[in-house]
Amino acid sequence: MEQLKTIGRELAMGSQGGFYQSKEFLDLVKSIGEARSKAEEDRIVLGEIETLKRRVSEPDIPKRKMKEYILRLVYVEMLGHDASFGYIHAVKMTHDDSLLVKRTGYLAVTLFLNEDHDLIILIVNTIQKDLKSDNYLVVCAALNAVCKLINEETIPAVLPQVVDLLAHPKEAVRKKAIMALHRFYQKSPSSVSHLVSNFRKRLCDNDPGVMGATLCPLFELVSTDVNSYKDLVISFVSILKQVAERRLPKAYDYHQMPAPFIQIKLLKILALLGSGDKQASENMYTVVGDIFRKCDSSSNIGNAVLYECICCVSSIYPNPKLLESAADAISRFLKSDSHNLKYMGIDALGRLIKISPEIAEQHQLAVIDCLEDPDDTLKRKTFELLYKMTKSTNVEVIVDRMIDYMISINDNHYKTEIASRCVELAEQFAPSNQWFIQIMNKVFEHAGDLVNIKVAHNLMRLIAEGFGEDDDSADSQLRSSAVDSYLHILGEPKIPSVFLQLICWVLGEYGTADGKYSASYITGKLSDVAEAYSNDETVKAYAVTALMKIYAFEIAAGRKVDMLPECQSLMEQFLASHSTDLQQRAYELQAVIGLDAHAVESIMPSDASCEDIEVDKALSFLNGYIQDSIEKGAQPYIPESERSGMLNISNFRNQDHHGASSHGLKFEAYELPKQTVQSRIPPATLASTEFVPVPEPMSVRESYPTTIVPSASSDAESTELKLRLDGVQKKWGRQTHSPATSTSSSTSKKTVNGIKQVDGSNTSNSSTWETYDSRKHVEINSEKQKLAASLFGGSSKTEKKPATGHKISKPSSHMVEKSHVRKSSMEIASEKKALVHQPPDLLDFGEPTVQSSDPPSVDPFKELEGLLEPTTQLGSTAAAATNSPDIMGLFTETPGGTHNKDDSDILSSLSKQPVTNMVGGATSTQVAQSSKGPNRKDSLEKDSLVRQMGVTPSSPNPNLFKDLLG
Amino acid sequence: MIHFVLLISRQGKVRLTKWYSPYSQKERTKVIRELSGLILTRGPKLCNFVEWRGLRVVYKRYASLYFCMCIDEDDNELEILEIIHHYVEVLDRYFGSVCELDLIYNFHKAYFILDELLLAGELQESGKKTVARLVSAQDSLVETAKEQASSISNIIAQATK
Repeated sequence: MEQLKTIGRELAMGSQGGFYQSKEFLDLVKSIGEARSKAEEDRIVLGEIETLKRRVSEPDIPKRKMKEYILRLVYVEMLGHDASFGYIHAVKMTHDDSLLVKRTGYLAVTLFLNEDHDLIILIVNTIQKDLKSDNYLVVCAALNAVCKLINEETIPAVLPQVVDLLAHPKEAVRKKAIMALHRFYQKSPSSVSHLVSNFRKRLCDNDPGVMGATLCPLFELVSTDVNSYKDLVISFVSILKQVAERRLPKAYDYHQMPAPFIQIKLLKILALLGSGDKQASENMYTVVGDIFRKCDSSSNIGNAVLYECICCVSSIYPNPKLLESAADAISRFLKSDSHNLKYMGIDALGRLIKISPEIAEQHQLAVIDCLEDPDDTLKRKTFELLYKMTKSTNVEVIVDRMIDYMISINDNHYKTEIASRCVELAEQFAPSNQWFIQIMNKVFEHAGDLVNIKVAHNLMRLIAEGFGEDDDSADSQLRSSAVDSYLHILGEPKIPSVFLQLICWVLGEYGTADGKYSASYITGKLSDVAEAYSNDETVKAYAVTALMKIYAFEIAAGRKVDMLPECQSLMEQFLASHSTDLQQRAYELQAVIGLDAHAVESIMPSDASCEDIEVDKALSFLNGYIQDSIEKGAQPYIPESERSGMLNISNFRNQDHHGASSHGLKFEAYELPKQTVQSRIPPATLASTEFVPVPEPMSVRESYPTTIVPSASSDAESTELKLRLDGVQKKWGRQTHSPATSTSSSTSKKTVNGIKQVDGSNTSNSSTWETYDSRKHVEINSEKQKLAASLFGGSSKTEKKPATGHKISKPSSHMVEKSHVRKSSMEIASEKKALVHQPPDLLDFGEPTVQSSDPPSVDPFKELEGLLEPTTQLGSTAAAATNSPDIMGLFTETPGGTHNKDDSDILSSLSKQPVTNMVGGATSTQVAQSSKGPNRKDSLEKDSLVRQMGVTPSSPNPNLFKDLLG
Repeated sequence: MIHFVLLISRQGKVRLTKWYSPYSQKERTKVIRELSGLILTRGPKLCNFVEWRGLRVVYKRYASLYFCMCIDEDDNELEILEIIHHYVEVLDRYFGSVCELDLIYNFHKAYFILDELLLAGELQESGKKTVARLVSAQDSLVETAKEQASSISNIIAQATK
């Protein structure tokens, strides 16, 4: 390694010219490269900073030397240290006459300074000068700096010059000028709003590079105001067509694709323009269809363009043919072995299901695979998809999954996001109140203080107001179940503050409402809370108020109040608290306890948190008192607005404010009149070319709502509170639900395994209880199918079955009940117990032989595991077989320092890999699905046979089953 | 829009940073630390994308160097992956089989090339030749300056003899 470094250094010195770097600098880089720890690196850098501080302040440093110092400063700052002492020298360097030095100066300032830095004002003048330079390279360097450094305040100083540069003979300058204007637009849209015509003009620049760059600002402009750019649809379409037909110079080809980056930008713009606009969209159909056909799906860039096509198709007015192509592309992505493509596939699926929800059907297993993938990125993307397709039928499964995942991660940012999504879904689709409260409890418990306080307030309101308009018993049941669950949760060690506040409030309001718990029990709990979280003022305040409520209700009910000793000591503590809020609450409590029942009842009516409190804002009850006072000679009250002195003061303040806001920096010389700025700008009428019609205000076309089908049905469903299980099953193929028991099941089993090869081992690891949920399926991936069914709406199947009267239906309907019970219960442990009773059915059907060898007394969980294990092995071997050419592995093993030139070759072979696999995957799924089709009927027939013979499937009689099931 | 570009070695050493969105020096250090922890630990077969503070980071490993770009959520990740590759190809062409050492010792050149490729967080030029032409135009200027400098110093040297 040491040798390699020396060689490298010599190489660098030799080939790139030792002109730049002295030995000192090379030594610095070398010693940092060899530093063994961060501390050692820091020490070296700090030493370097000291040296540089000394050096840069020496007088008469030669330019060449100075340039090197500046580069060393850049290096130091890149390593995360502060080099601000040298900024001013970098700024000075931009003033230099030699381009060589100037360029380094500009590089350094763009790296050092953010747009709000004080030194920028010193550079503006230099930039202005350089923008006028004859040397286009100087202009380019200045424009680079403009893009980074010019802020809203300094835009007017350079704007006219940048606009002039749009007509510069050199395309590199025009391009950078366009980008600079784009940056100006981002910083302050109003500053360049009068220049929009320039962008339109540059769209037909002779140079494709300039045209490509112009697409950036146009994309931004179109996204803010679609309607003013509808006239450009034809131009964009024709440019895209020309690009796709390889009319651009060969130099813009990238991996055999014609200018893919420009294609992508254009597709993005078209997606915006065609959104909800049938007429505009119709212009695009042909060209987008062409690109779908021409795209080379074996290269990464081809897939990038394909993905953009899908985005475009799902955004514009729907066209069945294009949707079909998009669905094809998505299934290719999802079946690919590449995680990147799967990720894009999931994303694309999320876009397309808004328009055609049925396409998700064929990909359910792929989606489940992604959900269980060890790759977090993929998992999160899949959650995003699930979030988009949540309905009242699958909300329970999805939210449970989300919460499981939320518990497992540490990333606070994402935790907050997923928590708020859970809350949103639960609020929108909750099948029952109980379920809703449990979900909220879980969210609060695990995401804790990351949850917005408003969510807690909403939940309080919900508990107080209840769901039902009609029956009170349901509400009180809800409340007492909430109280139960909170008392249970209070036993846990660390509870987030927000959740504690909620708990205290609910306990205070409803703790004793149903008579189940005594006042002393609840107050004991509350004072425990206040004591345990004694450094949280808000929680203590909530607790005190809750105590007051409990005591008040007791007094109002005519019972004698005995304050617990711990409460008493707590009160004494609070009465002397430093927090005035706590103190006041404590005094209030003391006062309330001393009152009689009648008074307390009117102060603290029971369960009146939703009642409106009437407030007499005019304070009319004081009228008599005022009258008396005035009669006694007091001054009448004068409203603020009528008081004389006040008026002037507020006026004065206004003026002052006005003056301040108009104050700003001036960059123009004073004698120049303001109009010159405007006169320089070309008038709006511009030479129109073949592409761009002269921009005229277009009549706003009839626009269609962008969200086409999203949730008409789900909205309807959400109004009902009960879980609705019918009416959705038709969406998802019935084959997924058929309990395949015949011989053909073995083939289907294998092929299905082939699909999920990648995460075979993972599935068995993630033994969440949902995995075991699928007791009536025996196929190896049955748990997945079950999950798929419950996610994608097939869960209704289970409820339909009882009607058929087959034996098999019994356990399933039983299960449905069970799952209801389970979900409403608090502990997962009890769920597992419930599941444990079921496995015999499951085992019987799938692999009778396995069952026969196991005595029924064996722990059913073990049996399940035994069943699952072979799966993993099967899966992993399949994975090993198909993935044997491990190109990724090869690629990463390329030794450090020796960068291989044939990078692109490796890449292309990499991207070819998925294609072959994709084909294999495609065929295998087809086999799987076709073989599954008839099974259901078969199995049902067999079931009925079994029933006729009076044998329950769960009886451990293997021989009988052998006969029956062949 | 691209918010920043990072080049990090496998050992977590920073090789190049370019910030298109405003980040203070403190934030920059934090970002680099967070991201190197996130990216360097990822397995080889996983996605080349990472979700991070509501943004996406697209990364790709070339030999011992990780090229990372941070983008908005609705950008096309595959495209960014190709922009990274595009940059690597341009570097490769410029340095002639580029390796990490080239970038360590000539980081300023890597910056100059990046400036021709990306501007204000957007891809400004997708033609490799155009980029190469501009960079070499600037370099030739450097060459002439060098010659001038040496000739001047020769003259001075002769004059003072």
